[in-house]
Amino acid sequence: MSDDRNRYLYVLRLADNALVLGQRLSEWIGHAPALEEEMATANVSLDLIGQAKSWLDYAAELEGEGRDADTLAFHRDVLDFHNTLLVEQPNGDYALTIARQFFFDAFHMPLLEQLARSGDPRIAEIAAKSAKEVGYHVRRSSEWIIRFGDGTDESHQRVQAAVDRLWPFTGELFSGDGLDEAMREAGIGADLAAVREQWSATVDEVFAEATLTRPEDGWMQSGGKQGEHSEHLGYLLAEMQFLPRAYPDARW
Amino acid sequence: MYSQFVDTGSKKVPSVEDLEGLEREFQQRVDEEITIEPRDWMPEKYRQTLIRQISQHAHSEIVGMLPEGNWITRAPNLRRKLILLAKVQDEAGHGLYLYSAAETLGAARQDLIDALHEGKAKYSSIFNYPTPTWADIGAIGWLVDGAAIVNQIPLCRCSYGPYARAMVRVCKEESFHQRQGYEIMLELSRGTAEQKRMAQEALNRWWWPCLMMFGPSDADSVHSQQSMAWKIKRHTNDELRQRFIDQTVPQAKYLGLTIPDPDLEWNEETGHYDYGEIDWDEFWNVVKGNGPCNRERVETRRRAYDDGAWVREAAQAHADKRAARARHAA
Repeated sequence: MSDDRNRYLYVLRLADNALVLGQRLSEWIGHAPALEEEMATANVSLDLIGQAKSWLDYAAELEGEGRDADTLAFHRDVLDFHNTLLVEQPNGDYALTIARQFFFDAFHMPLLEQLARSGDPRIAEIAAKSAKEVGYHVRRSSEWIIRFGDGTDESHQRVQAAVDRLWPFTGELFSGDGLDEAMREAGIGADLAAVREQWSATVDEVFAEATLTRPEDGWMQSGGKQGEHSEHLGYLLAEMQFLPRAYPDARW
Repeated sequence: MYSQFVDTGSKKVPSVEDLEGLEREFQQRVDEEITIEPRDWMPEKYRQTLIRQISQHAHSEIVGMLPEGNWITRAPNLRRKLILLAKVQDEAGHGLYLYSAAETLGAARQDLIDALHEGKAKYSSIFNYPTPTWADIGAIGWLVDGAAIVNQIPLCRCSYGPYARAMVRVCKEESFHQRQGYEIMLELSRGTAEQKRMAQEALNRWWWPCLMMFGPSDADSVHSQQSMAWKIKRHTNDELRQRFIDQTVPQAKYLGLTIPDPDLEWNEETGHYDYGEIDWDEFWNVVKGNGPCNRERVETRRRAYDDGAWVREAAQAHADKRAARARHAA
């Protein structure tokens, strides 16, 4: 595989995580538990979709086949999406949404910090800009984990259940494959083992304050990065891609 | 926008000579364009009128998130999705400013929100119409936000300071949204035959409901007269409606779209467009809860609120625990 092709696939993974999670969060708008949460959720969604657009712009350039960010977002099907399974999980209740966000943010932050030093200047630039936003995301989701864990009995139970439910999807965040390895060796991609260490420390610290129990590392689900997805992604894409698919000749 | 009629509690508007004492001093201050601030004395009816109007306005921002929110997950490209997300986020922010402004008058945000969920408080009738196509998002930005701006710019000089200041900020953002809505319509009306059809149908559906946003005609509106004497309002409903029509018709022409009013015609003598009769039966029906989406809108908001109760309770419980620990440590 050529270097550009590798970079293209690597950048798509970054793009698709942000796009799919941004899309999920946007489903909350108008339905959040408080007005302040309407704003915060919209804000995080906006950041992530903005980041996805930057990554997709670059991916389209690397691919060099005349596609652009919108073609990549709206005209790829499930098999060609490379997001992790975690971000395509349904919103569930607010505890599930917050737990998904926390696991992702706590991974996203050290990942972007490393990528901000990437040998690929475009990747470094997008990562540095995104890291500023994600610093806010991780602070917010950590605070909610603590509020829920150390809130009422009900909120504690709900967030512990959410954590247990999502834990098997966290392994994929750090399970490197040949592509991750090649990009790391080329000085372009991140060292996922180091990201995992930081993620794990954040989880321990926040869970301690939240009085939550960290689940055992058992079997971990994976496949999303390679295009093997859950049943959820197809519905998400059907909704997201409807207009450009129904009117392929239209500009919007 | 978004306060189509507000009961001022008045049967007739007294002149300043008929007033005495504090009421008279208050009216003189208003007449001299001195802004009224939260700690100033004000007539109880002025206070109540403003609470009604500002809370209706706040509720409209919040309920107004739903028809547009309906298309966020389906926006046709990334740029449109980002713009729509930012817009709906702004609306939540406008709701927050306005609840804060209402609180300066001694109202509690919680009571106002409860009234909305119980179906007792009003919000703009416009948000009881559905958004079946993407073009509706363009039409809302262009027409609904356009009508809101015509209504709100004079409110920037409203006699009550906190409301006027909130409006300055809101108007800046609304103008931006309106241009973006018009841009969606422009893209559609320059697009494929299917897109043009979408745009025309959206205009057909939103035109009359937008004219209704300005409220009942002046002949039916003693409350408007009182609001004008208090300088909460600066222009009558019909004046603002006319201003909106005069500025919007050329925009429709530029899009190559037809306004769904056979009586619409330029009048050389008056220098304004004449227009057909508004269906006031429909207006009152929507206001009374019989519009296409009234039940759905209030139910959606109530469900969001009820489902979120445990989240708000958790936040409160955690804040209490922290405060108790801080006291203990001190």
